[in-house]
Amino acid sequence: MKEEILGKKAIEIADMIKKREVSASEVTGLFLERIEKLEPELGSFITVCAESAREKAKEIDKKIDSGEKVGRFAGVPIAVKDVLCTKGIRTTCASKILENFVPVYDATVIERISEASMIVIGKTNMDEFAMGSSTENSFFGPTKNPWDKERVPGGSSGGSAAAMAAGEAPWAIGSDTGGSIRQPASLCGIVGLKPTYGLVSRYGLVAFASSLDQVGPMTGNVADCAAMLEVIAGHDRRDSTSIPAQRNEYLEGLTGDLKGMKVGIVSELSGDGIDEGVLRCFRLTCEILESLGVICEEVSLPNFEYALSSYYIIAPAEASSNLARYDGVRYGFRARDNADSVWEMYEETRTGGFGQEVKRRIMLGTFALSAGYYEQYYGKAQKIRTLILRDFEKAFERFDILVSPTSPTVAFRIGEKVDDPLKMYLSDICTIPVNLAGIPAMSIPCGLDDGLPVGFQLMGPALSESLILNVSFALEEEIGFDAKPQTFRA
Amino acid sequence: MEFETVIGLEIHIELNTSSKMFCGCSTEFGGEPNARACPVCLGHPGVLPVVNRGAVESAIMLALALNCKISERSIFHRKNYFYPDMPKNYQISQYDVPLSVDGWFDIDMGEYERRVGIVRVHLEEDTGKSIHVGESGRIHGAEYSLEDFNRAGIPLAEIVTRPDIRSPEESSVFLQNLRDIAVYLGISDCKMEEGSLRCDANISISVDGKEGTKVEIKNMNSFRSLRRALSFEEERQRGVLNAGREVKQETRHFDEVGGETHSLRSKEEAFDYRYFPEPDLVPLEPDKEWTNDLRAKIPELPQEKRKRYESALLLPKEISSVLVGDRALAEYFERALTEGQDPVELGKWVSGELLALLRQESIPVEECRVEPSGLANLIKLVSEKVISGKMAKDVLREAFDSGERPEEIVKEGGLFQISDENELVGVVDDVIKENPMAVSDFKSGKEQALKFLMGKVMKKTRGKASPEEATRILTERLENQA
Repeated sequence: MKEEILGKKAIEIADMIKKREVSASEVTGLFLERIEKLEPELGSFITVCAESAREKAKEIDKKIDSGEKVGRFAGVPIAVKDVLCTKGIRTTCASKILENFVPVYDATVIERISEASMIVIGKTNMDEFAMGSSTENSFFGPTKNPWDKERVPGGSSGGSAAAMAAGEAPWAIGSDTGGSIRQPASLCGIVGLKPTYGLVSRYGLVAFASSLDQVGPMTGNVADCAAMLEVIAGHDRRDSTSIPAQRNEYLEGLTGDLKGMKVGIVSELSGDGIDEGVLRCFRLTCEILESLGVICEEVSLPNFEYALSSYYIIAPAEASSNLARYDGVRYGFRARDNADSVWEMYEETRTGGFGQEVKRRIMLGTFALSAGYYEQYYGKAQKIRTLILRDFEKAFERFDILVSPTSPTVAFRIGEKVDDPLKMYLSDICTIPVNLAGIPAMSIPCGLDDGLPVGFQLMGPALSESLILNVSFALEEEIGFDAKPQTFRA
Repeated sequence: MEFETVIGLEIHIELNTSSKMFCGCSTEFGGEPNARACPVCLGHPGVLPVVNRGAVESAIMLALALNCKISERSIFHRKNYFYPDMPKNYQISQYDVPLSVDGWFDIDMGEYERRVGIVRVHLEEDTGKSIHVGESGRIHGAEYSLEDFNRAGIPLAEIVTRPDIRSPEESSVFLQNLRDIAVYLGISDCKMEEGSLRCDANISISVDGKEGTKVEIKNMNSFRSLRRALSFEEERQRGVLNAGREVKQETRHFDEVGGETHSLRSKEEAFDYRYFPEPDLVPLEPDKEWTNDLRAKIPELPQEKRKRYESALLLPKEISSVLVGDRALAEYFERALTEGQDPVELGKWVSGELLALLRQESIPVEECRVEPSGLANLIKLVSEKVISGKMAKDVLREAFDSGERPEEIVKEGGLFQISDENELVGVVDDVIKENPMAVSDFKSGKEQALKFLMGKVMKKTRGKASPEEATRILTERLENQA
């Protein structure tokens, strides 16, 4: 039974539970067992919700047994990045400053997965406040890559990616500000989708950079990804930036028919700065696309050159303001109760409560917004953002979608880049332009380089999720990537 | 050297929407501390603001009333600074693309009118309230501070004037006019003592037409303290200039007790608010139709009303001011007016007798038990000489207390005035017969005696004799006797 469940898609597990071939309790128990066994080595989770998950599973089983109505994916456990507020379950953002913070409300996304009767099995590890590309910047310690425990799982949604790769959960949720879903998905050999900005509600997503943040699925396969997107996407009146669009039937769109499509290969992201092994897998995948009747051509998006620098102005600027609320006054960590003044309390709380990378970005952002520097930095970065969007729009006049590697490298070693922020920032060079433009993109595994997974990124125009999911679906079939890390077989 | 005082005001009006600017919490004043707060207005992790449509409508109406241009597209900005009563440590406000710009408003100073330019009317959210415990009573040196977030997130309209105001008196008149407008629009109760109307000022002294250095004055909590603070500051700055020194650019705090302003922070210590566009909100784009609907909802504003009362209804200034100064009273007056009585007479009664009764009993005019039509009917009875003015006052009092209609009281009490010539002649002749002493006094030229005899006539008719008629007949009969 165990192996059978473990190899299944999440949506298949849901079917089995509905047909009472297996109970929600059995499924939940199985994944909890795996978590218990693997966690000491991996550290994918910050909080495991064993008790509440078991209880919820029992409730669902009771309902199914008595023929009561249950949600669409009833009883299927889900791992949630610890950046989404869960009522009654502590939500830390991997920060000391929220170490014991228990939200009083559920994020909209959590409400939606609860409506689908999914079970939150735990809150996954991440870089503190989603700032990082390796999950090393966590107050709770780093997460290890299940493919090689000496290596990072990527970040910031490294916990969710590692949990998926190691079979600790049937599916997971991450958030992506500059690549935080796609890059760890790439490094861990799973599927990750960053939706169009505004497609998934940000209400309850602890903000890093509000104009860039999006929540998205991290799954073992494309169908699960489409299914989960159906659950979490849709307008939310509590998020003013949420798109009032019709909800799409993403699963239905997975036909695998790509004939006559035109795909642009982004020159700026498929040459210099990308590892040779990664490029090899990438080119092979492009050839597969061609074999499916797709026309692939190179296309240049010249302003991508400035994407990283403008991102590292805009994101820290917004973060410096978003993170100002962690001051020890109302909730979260407070350095000490007997400070001489509120200013001293602020200073000690924030000095002691935030990690290095978070402090670095708060400083960067504060500087970029300062009087006299605003136009020079923030103003200019916003202009570049517009230029990048125009580059995309122009490219999408000629091509249905664009492709590139997801990450310039495969998983790197723990500690390798942590002391060199600029080197670390380059990890997101392929993913950042997408966030700046607010368009959707996903990463699917396309092969191994030296035994480590390589990700293939597909980018489409705003609200083209159906399209990129369908291309991914066809590629997934054709590539037949079925490699699993050793940990998965454990 | 010729000095001129130059003042610009920055006014905050708390809008009386039922919920807060960006969440569903109630905006009611007072209550248990932190009872009206939710994750959104407490700035919990992950929350997002949603603009209150009602607040936008209120601000647009105010902007229109101040002759501002409504921006087709305006955006919210974050104003970043740390303070414990501000849950997010930034305030959502508007900055360089506000809701409305470029208006004006004329104030009537009696001898002259002054046009005050309006730079902008924009929307923002209020902060919470801090209570600093300790000797200083301020955040510096506080033993500890308590925070109440009931007020945090209440919508504020901010009005910024051009530096067109020339005296503390004009400042006060402008602020009173603005308050009247907001109250007429029904968008705020504008109570300075409750903080729903707040005013900061920039004041400088120009010398021989040359612009002076601006000083910002804070903490003026009443119309009186606005005048006092600005008068003090005006004198202080003139003194500095007279002494040949320079006015320092700074923010000063008005001390109510001492009646003086004190330096709060210098220009160098000013905050850098690091404004940037609020990424959690989309631009406000009110379409023409919406703006026009709101324009149509604007009632006649106090200034126009006063003009109409004085020019069309010929009300004296004292009466029109009293009526216009209270929107509900003016409405009462206008409802009574539909009954077709003389406006001046009606105005006198509403602003005089009725208002006195209301004040005496501290009853708001909305709860007055005398219907506007009832008061009009009462006045009609006086003008038709059915009852006397004196009788009418008594009837009004009774109607005010009992809630009975005045005309019913008159009818039931048989309170009709006697103006029938024959009836009055009989009474007058009796009185003349019964009071020979007074009659002879009158004949020897004592005017007082006429009043005495009139008193007797009134007594005999139990006050119902028409005073004018009775006086005429009495005088006639007395003179005929001679």
